[in-house]
Amino acid sequence: MKTMLNIALPKGRLGEKVLARFEKAGFPCPAIHETNRKLIFENPEAGVRYFWVKPSDVAIYVERGAADIGVAGKDILLEYRPDVYELLDLKLGICRMAVAAPKGFRDDPRRTLRVATKFARIAGDHYAARGRDIDIIHLNGSIEIAPILGLSDVIVDIVETGTTLKENDLEVVETVVPISARLIANKAAGKFKAEAIDALVRGMAQQTED
Amino acid sequence: MNTTQLKNDEKAVFALRELYGRYGYIPYKMSKFEEYDLYVRNKDFLISDSVITFTDTNGKLMALKPDVTLSIVKNSRDGEGVQKLYYHENVYRVSGSTHTFKEIVQAGLECIGEIDDYCVYEVLMLAAESLRRIADTCVLDISHMGILSALLEGVPATAAQQILRCVGDKNVHELASVCDTAEVAPATRDLLVQLVGLCGKPVAVLPRLGELLQNTAAAGAYEELCTAVCAFDGTALSDMLRIDFSVVSDARYYSGIVFKGFVDGVPESVLSGGRYDHLMRKMHRRSDAIGFAVYLDRLERLGDSDRPFDVDAVLLYGDKDTPATVARAVQALSQTGSVTACRTRPEKVAFRQLWQLNGEEAQLIEDHA
Repeated sequence: MKTMLNIALPKGRLGEKVLARFEKAGFPCPAIHETNRKLIFENPEAGVRYFWVKPSDVAIYVERGAADIGVAGKDILLEYRPDVYELLDLKLGICRMAVAAPKGFRDDPRRTLRVATKFARIAGDHYAARGRDIDIIHLNGSIEIAPILGLSDVIVDIVETGTTLKENDLEVVETVVPISARLIANKAAGKFKAEAIDALVRGMAQQTED
Repeated sequence: MNTTQLKNDEKAVFALRELYGRYGYIPYKMSKFEEYDLYVRNKDFLISDSVITFTDTNGKLMALKPDVTLSIVKNSRDGEGVQKLYYHENVYRVSGSTHTFKEIVQAGLECIGEIDDYCVYEVLMLAAESLRRIADTCVLDISHMGILSALLEGVPATAAQQILRCVGDKNVHELASVCDTAEVAPATRDLLVQLVGLCGKPVAVLPRLGELLQNTAAAGAYEELCTAVCAFDGTALSDMLRIDFSVVSDARYYSGIVFKGFVDGVPESVLSGGRYDHLMRKMHRRSDAIGFAVYLDRLERLGDSDRPFDVDAVLLYGDKDTPATVARAVQALSQTGSVTACRTRPEKVAFRQLWQLNGEEAQLIEDHA
């Protein structure tokens, strides 16, 4: 029987794009294109099973072995540090993790910097590397309003086009790290499904280079 | 002994103790507690740096053991030849996935003293045999920290750590850029990138690795790796060995061969070990050392299959049945499987057969097999 490769796809536009690449890499799955509300699709002939999961959960599925392969943003990998192989930069979903503040903001080094973010670890590491004392305010959404309402001095968040920042009178102060979608693999799956994973990585790498 | 009722980790413990004992390893028993100071001084050696502490009656800050190796090294003495020890202990540390403290059952062995090529082979062989005792399909990934350390000689510590992390993640795309930022020589950078891609059976990888490392500072470490791995040639275990440089351990503690074991069905490594001469020096020992740990808690779901029944038989008895009669019937039924005796039909127990005691005889009234 052909080895089944379990692939966790992030729901949304990015997931659609990577699915097209997986299919082109030799792992097609006609069933996934049918209109229905199913979340798991498989093609035993191609030896692949796809499932749609919340983008921030992909790394958990892969780390715990429910998925052999997945696609996760570098932001998630840096924040949660899952124990997985990071095999390829797919050069999709390109954006950056940045520090943003109200226009004209000046950092006062005499005071603790209040940082609002969803990404406490990334923000913490960024400021720890420069020895800046910060107070992290963990928020789950609408981060942009934190400095406007005086909840924080700056925010650390993902910036794609910068439109939301502009509309809220914020600007990027510095880039923390560039972000893009990464192909990740479970470490044990890499040992026991090596052939299928290698074939998939080669197929994906070729498309990244094209 | 009937081992069908044992859990995976319990079965593994029996098998491993028998294996290690056969090769002259002596069981090592230690206290659950250790002075906290030991862990503070070697924090980076621990898998997780969070430790459960408490103040002992004499005012000393103590810790529930998060690790076994440090305690064994602390109690080791130089000049006593080669000490071969094995353990089966509970340790307490933060679980990677839940971020809460867990009690973890760990078995393993340590070989301390004048470590020669045979000792290295023996420990590797016992690691491979341990995996085979746990599952039929298994892989032992082997690397050598000396190779990576030699290539990273002179690279600032922070950059070296980032590079090692990229190697461990097989993250080639970032490895090159980290090397460039740290001004690592282009030849070394390209070599590191090639090392990450080089993984597979020793017979295929070692010749290519030899060519790559020729005339580099890592040539000596390469020879050591070859000696250890080639000792498996012609043995049944050779098929499960892989050279894989993504096995990286902290170079401040680990000095030579490092390895990780995987079994099919468990999504993470179940065995980890290596040669840790640097830790020995840090703890002011002249002896060398090599060892490994088997994470028994990770075997819990191995070969997980839903058990359809809690017990094989339920025996119903009535008010008139004497304890002796019930006991005789239970005894008879227990010859073929597990039995529970009760007065009324149990609601929450899944059973294969339901028996009713009728005088001296038990009668089968339901069979769900």
